[in-house]
Amino acid sequence: MAIFINENTPVLIQGFTGRIGTFHAQEMIDYGTNVVGGVTPGKGGSTHLGRPVFNTVKGAVQETGAEASIVFVPPPFAADAIMEAADAGIKYCVCITDGIPAQDMIRVKRYMRRYKKEGRMVLTGPNCAGTISPGKAMLGIMPGHIYLHGRVGIIGRSGTLGYEAAAQLKALGIGVSTSVGIGGDPINGSSFRDILEHFESDPETDAVLMIGEIGGPQEAEGGQYARDHMTKPVIAYIAGLSAPKGRKMGHAGAIISAFGESAPEKVEILKGCGVTIAPTPSEMGATVAKVLNSFNKVA
Amino acid sequence: MKAQIHSGARGKAGGIKVCSNDTEIERAAEALPGKKLATHQTGPAGKLVSRLYIEEATDIAEEIYLAFVLDRSIERIMVVASAAGGMEIEEISAKQPDTIIRVSVDPAVGMQQFQAREVAYGLGVDPEIINKLVPTIMACYRACRDLDATMVEINPLVVTKDKQLLALDAKMSFDDNALSRRPHIAELRDKSQEDPRETYASDRGLAYVGLDGDIGCVVNGAGLAMATLDMIKLAGGEPANFLDIGGGASPERVAKSFKAVLKDKNVKALLLNVFAGINRCDWVAKGVVDAVNDLDIKLPVVVRLAGTNVEEGRRILDESGLTVITAETLAEAAQKAVAAAKPGATQ
Repeated sequence: MAIFINENTPVLIQGFTGRIGTFHAQEMIDYGTNVVGGVTPGKGGSTHLGRPVFNTVKGAVQETGAEASIVFVPPPFAADAIMEAADAGIKYCVCITDGIPAQDMIRVKRYMRRYKKEGRMVLTGPNCAGTISPGKAMLGIMPGHIYLHGRVGIIGRSGTLGYEAAAQLKALGIGVSTSVGIGGDPINGSSFRDILEHFESDPETDAVLMIGEIGGPQEAEGGQYARDHMTKPVIAYIAGLSAPKGRKMGHAGAIISAFGESAPEKVEILKGCGVTIAPTPSEMGATVAKVLNSFNKVA
Repeated sequence: MKAQIHSGARGKAGGIKVCSNDTEIERAAEALPGKKLATHQTGPAGKLVSRLYIEEATDIAEEIYLAFVLDRSIERIMVVASAAGGMEIEEISAKQPDTIIRVSVDPAVGMQQFQAREVAYGLGVDPEIINKLVPTIMACYRACRDLDATMVEINPLVVTKDKQLLALDAKMSFDDNALSRRPHIAELRDKSQEDPRETYASDRGLAYVGLDGDIGCVVNGAGLAMATLDMIKLAGGEPANFLDIGGGASPERVAKSFKAVLKDKNVKALLLNVFAGINRCDWVAKGVVDAVNDLDIKLPVVVRLAGTNVEEGRRILDESGLTVITAETLAEAAQKAVAAAKPGATQ
């Protein structure tokens, strides 16, 4: 099953013919993702990487039956591209673009509320490495080979820290059902809580690793959701112990501006919710292994 | 006379002088410029005073706190106001939480007049002021929206004894991601208020935050960079900086990053941690070898590579003849860097 994407999901690339879109589209095709076409306004009717190019997402969906899309559109136009996907009936959209203004994302989130929750597109990102269901499909920019197929779900803000976790798990022989990047921006498509909900109902996921960081309320909300609504164990690591208050640590969203947003405060909140904490970033894999063993499930 | 620095709480740090005659003004104008003011917001290093603002002293009848912030939990602009102005918002929340009024703005239609009236009446100001306060609130909202601000804070917004509305202090923060469409805001950047290490790095397109330790860090990805700093702390060391080299860790960017980190004279050891995804470890390793040679780096350099083409990357480092310290895991890299930065450590 995995969540959001599998080997059959028909995928569209928004920003298909650009340098970055082209490079990653090829990587995704090589991984086995069912890429059915792409969108670049003005280049409709042409063929790129052996796939048709369309002017609009709506046109592409009509012709190809695409259900998922990935956005490589530059920051000034990315919000528009996401809304276009939502309106065209795309079910799952990953936005890779880093640098979208926060007010543009506020507009996107407000716009998406015009669709009923059941039919609303799920957006993950922006400013993320994407989503991968190992062995099935990759909708992102990650190195696919570091993920082993298995039964642990990963949700993370950061790309490379997520790679670190996947590599630690692989070294211990633990595989991943789906890894979802929710991105480092202050306003994002889906929160930890949103994705935890999907993993809780996925029969192929046994446990979830949450990789959070300083700033914002989403890690704490995820912990509360795990406490109140989840049967599966949740493990977490929170990055940014040494981050000074009020300083932005690379990600637009990684800034401590209120109580409860520092790494030690988030760790305390999550512990209080029954989430198992990986004490250091080099023990993310080992902590997941320990939890899986105590739940007597072999991934 | 007010020192214009990027920080609140200037009064306590001696940055605001009330002068009653020309002599006192002259004295203050001579004393403040060139001085560094340290507040709890600036940290012990303080901020340089290079500008002064002189205004008429005001007879204050009421002090209001008025702010517009990007509220991440509701994903909207939130208006926060209190009749207990003059204090910082954290202090108001702790001491007089009942005075805080919150109104969220629907981004589809923007702030409405009635919402501004609710805030104004909620503050309980003199009725004669309402007609001035409502347009002020609306104007602040427009400024927040149209300038892509992440915060607009007027504290205090005062009602004077002669029934005037006056902003005595204001702060704005802007969304870095929107600066390209707000060039007139980008022009206001005041480098004298920044850590020179950070100015140097940001002028070269690197995400750098200066810290107080002695281990210089170069990492790809913000999350992994924060985790690397955490690991150094847990290993008993102190990082000198946060630096995200970005996705494509090209040899040029490695050299640029090493240069930026070495601007900090406290640095005693360098730690490079790259998890290669789209980029390749062999490419990064070449960058390290070139940078160590070209910059003639004498400090111990600890390198941890993982991901795509890691064996090739390690081989390049091993065969370079340089005394680069290599590590396989994040923990090992942090421990080796901490050991290398200790006084008396040899390479």
